[in-house]
Amino acid sequence: MSQSILEADTAAVAGISGVALQGVVRVLGGKHVLDGVDLQVPVRGRLGIVGRSGAGKSTLLSLVAGLDDPDAGTVSVGGTASAAARLARCALMPQRDCLLPWRTALDNACLALENQGLPRAEARRRAAPLFERLGLAGAERLSPARLSGGMRQRVAFLRTLLAGKEVLLLDEPFGALDAITRAELQQWLAAALAQEPRTVLLVTHDVEEALLLCEQVVVLAAGRVTAALDVDVPRDGPRREVVTNPGFVELRERALEAIE
Amino acid sequence: MRRVWPPSLLLAATVGVWELVVRAAGVPDYLFPAPTAVASALRADAGLLGRAALVTAREVALGYLLAVAFALALAVLLHFSAALRRALLPILVLSQTVPTVVLAPVLAILLGYGIAPKLVVVAIVCFFPIVVNAVDGLRATDAELVRMMRTLHGGRLAIFRRVELPGALPAIFSGARIAATYAAVGAIFGEWAGSSSGLGFVMLQAQPALATGRIFAAVLVLCAIALGLYALVALTERVVVPWERKGARA
Repeated sequence: MSQSILEADTAAVAGISGVALQGVVRVLGGKHVLDGVDLQVPVRGRLGIVGRSGAGKSTLLSLVAGLDDPDAGTVSVGGTASAAARLARCALMPQRDCLLPWRTALDNACLALENQGLPRAEARRRAAPLFERLGLAGAERLSPARLSGGMRQRVAFLRTLLAGKEVLLLDEPFGALDAITRAELQQWLAAALAQEPRTVLLVTHDVEEALLLCEQVVVLAAGRVTAALDVDVPRDGPRREVVTNPGFVELRERALEAIE
Repeated sequence: MRRVWPPSLLLAATVGVWELVVRAAGVPDYLFPAPTAVASALRADAGLLGRAALVTAREVALGYLLAVAFALALAVLLHFSAALRRALLPILVLSQTVPTVVLAPVLAILLGYGIAPKLVVVAIVCFFPIVVNAVDGLRATDAELVRMMRTLHGGRLAIFRRVELPGALPAIFSGARIAATYAAVGAIFGEWAGSSSGLGFVMLQAQPALATGRIFAAVLVLCAIALGLYALVALTERVVVPWERKGARA
């Protein structure tokens, strides 16, 4: 077990059931955006959610985060179903990096710590080691405007991580990046999560990304889960070998088919 | 510096043409003084204008600060209360149809001939653009940022302090800059309604004496005060909102 830098959450994460959705329906503007969704994510499990735009992926994350409530069915995080309890246990990384231009990279990452009432100096002291460990050393004092797209996403992820929540909701975190940077960040994220394990829901339109980063991948289409795949193929070699492995290729085909 | 040259040249040319036309047509100074006549009035009445400028500048500065404080407090209140916003904002807009000039004499009756009615006129003139811009700026906060903050232990106050307020600063300052150009006018209205000092008083005194050069000189000094206030606000903005200047939007 890796030693978490964030002492508080090690206790919080351990021994609590993960994320569960049962018969979840959400109607927005007369449309059934989610139409009977069942999902289970074990503690420290990683679920990939893929689907076309408009398939209800972001709505699903809002529900899990406790920012929204379902019209029918239950959403529970850590065994509790109230929106407030979900909000207390989930941290959201939005599609855009949403870095605040008036804060340095380090201070952006510190947001959640400051929101909890820590003085800024103390928050910085706690966040700085993560920059060091996750390959962001030297970027601490830069303003977001001076960071590359890839770096901005990394800082955004650290900001999410530093909330100390047991569940991370990643909404197309690398959607806006070019292919090369995206591959680089996928590797980086896998390494970061190995160091700081969490329960993760990763929404993406990139099937390969989901298969590379998650243990389970579901396909969402028209508000329903149309496929649930266990990613039981080896993923530790070089990326090119992993993605050309016949098992991986088959999973990708099945996912793509379900998206259609 | 490149931005300063075109308007400076145009201004210099205008002053030159003004001088030429007035001289060529032989217009008497009391009707319409040439720039050189204004300049000599400025020199001759330097002491008088200087003392009056201090009085007016004080009214402008204090009245403006009053407006900023009141406007920001009200904007925050309106931001936090949707009910109040719905009830009060239309009335605020409506209130702007009242010409401030007519309020000045009433305020003089109400508050006397001291500095108080001038401050109130300046504040009334200045406060509206600041309130409206501040309320708009606060409301224009990116909803995605708010959602994110809520999942990062962000309560209502934390969201206001760390996201809404800094995000609204550019809008607040654009309101503050507009207001800065109104402040001097407000002070003059206030002085015209009843005063015994200040640039407005100097103008009133100069008029029956047909000392038109002095009136123009007073206007010039007033412009300098307004420009000074504007520059001060713009400078404050550069210090307080540095991320806008760096072209971070690019």
